[in-house]
Amino acid sequence: MNWASWSDFFAMGGYGLYVWGSYGVTLGLMVTEIVLLIAGKRSLLEQLRRTLNTRKVTQ
Amino acid sequence: MRAETAAAGHNLKRTQINWFKYSSPQTFFPLAAKLTPWFGAAAVLLCAIGLYIGFFVAPTDAQQGDAYRIIFIHVPAAWMSMFLYVVMAFWAGAGLVFNTRLSGMMASAIAPSGAIMTFIALWTGAVWGKPTWGTWWVWDARLTSELILLFLYFGFMALQAAIDDPRRADKAGAVLALTGVVNIPIIYFSVQWWNTLHQGASVSLKSAPTMAATMLLGMLVMALGFWMYCIATTLLRVRRIILERERRSDWVAQYVRTMK
Amino acid sequence: MLTALRCVIHRDLLLAMRRRADVLTALLFFVIVVSLFPLGLGNEPNLLRTIAPGVIWVAALLASMLSLTRMFSEDHADGTLEQMLLGSTPLGVIVVAKVAAHWLVSGLPLVLIAPVLALQFDLHQSLLWTLTLSLLLGTPVLSLIGAIGAALTLGLRGGGILLSLLVLPLYVPVLIIGAGTVDIESAGLSAQGHFLVQGAFLVIAATFSPWAIAAALRISAE
Repeated sequence: MNWASWSDFFAMGGYGLYVWGSYGVTLGLMVTEIVLLIAGKRSLLEQLRRTLNTRKVTQ
Repeated sequence: MRAETAAAGHNLKRTQINWFKYSSPQTFFPLAAKLTPWFGAAAVLLCAIGLYIGFFVAPTDAQQGDAYRIIFIHVPAAWMSMFLYVVMAFWAGAGLVFNTRLSGMMASAIAPSGAIMTFIALWTGAVWGKPTWGTWWVWDARLTSELILLFLYFGFMALQAAIDDPRRADKAGAVLALTGVVNIPIIYFSVQWWNTLHQGASVSLKSAPTMAATMLLGMLVMALGFWMYCIATTLLRVRRIILERERRSDWVAQYVRTMK
Repeated sequence: MLTALRCVIHRDLLLAMRRRADVLTALLFFVIVVSLFPLGLGNEPNLLRTIAPGVIWVAALLASMLSLTRMFSEDHADGTLEQMLLGSTPLGVIVVAKVAAHWLVSGLPLVLIAPVLALQFDLHQSLLWTLTLSLLLGTPVLSLIGAIGAALTLGLRGGGILLSLLVLPLYVPVLIIGAGTVDIESAGLSAQGHFLVQGAFLVIAATFSPWAIAAALRISAE
């Protein structure tokens, strides 16, 4: 175990800003990508459902 | 005698695997739906293990202290950015040659993932450069070629966005991706050449820190984790593209009804 | 085969000569862009001497890209492109002829005028020859690779900007080696290696890009 305490862990030998900065950005990018994908798929389904209903009505 | 050969022939045919069973968007769609959670779970698991090794098992580096721990996302992202471009070019080429719609969809699904991986590699490379070399951006050969790779991704996505007809967009993207993949080694070596020509005296990039076993293991596990993650996001994105492009077919209408 | 080549080149040059203004605009753009840099960076001779090859090369790159969009767009508009696609001569030959015509109109003038501009940057006499030769070897590659982008973005809205986004990353090796020749020469070493690499780029581009341009034209003209 490298770290005596959690505060050491976050200090990361003085480089905390850099290490957690880059990890934070990477995590943020990945999370937003997944959220956008799921939201995009849901909105597309919604749109398809709407066109489907109109097609049924007009048939 | 004839009967046996006929029977044998019959047996032979039955064991033949139909490789093209999942090559149409309709059959691939449910398969992708089933696979995505598995790849997602594998990604989370592998990244957790990799991070544990990286932060709790790997020792502090002699020269760089703990700043080197950024390597556990920088290198996997860089590997993935180059690997994804080659995979994208493969699918784009397959789409051009076999004229299969799904291959083109797969290529346009991979591009954003590749661009994000390249951006992550660039960002973490720059941030890692600050403590070790003192400047945010270093015109190091690898970082520069990553930057150009990012432009290649943006070029591919911009071209596909500018063309309305999806079939032409796939084909045009394929020609660009194939031209790009031929150019990647040329770009890399000319940037390497350029870097040695203009080697700044102060900035001398040491090769990756001499890799202790645990560091290397952590990095490799993280690389696998990133790979699973990219597959999962690509499958998610390709399902959306399939729905979008096949919206008029009745199996999509049927699927939308079931998805109440 | 060769008659078709000569005929297409002749036709394109004739068309270009009729609209001499277009030819001159690319050239004037090149001159203006090059002379902007001393205004921006000051006229300190040592500085200008070091940035001269890079500035001239980047300006040549941008100038040749300006006229790329027009390479196929007129033929596409008035239908001659379809005739070329349907014609008996292989598309590769026609494409090479069109790229050669484009180079003669937009590449060669840059090569001829570059030494004069280099004097503006107080470049040493012997370096002028290296610069001219590196441009002579480099600009055809720019036209060949640029033609792929032009064929891909045929008839698209926002073609010019999109074309530059597609093509500039592919120009990077040509720019690096091209500008590198003069740097090496000014540092006293012989630029033999760089010229050989530029020759290699030219050969690679000349063999592969006609196929890519022809494929892109078939896709765009569908």
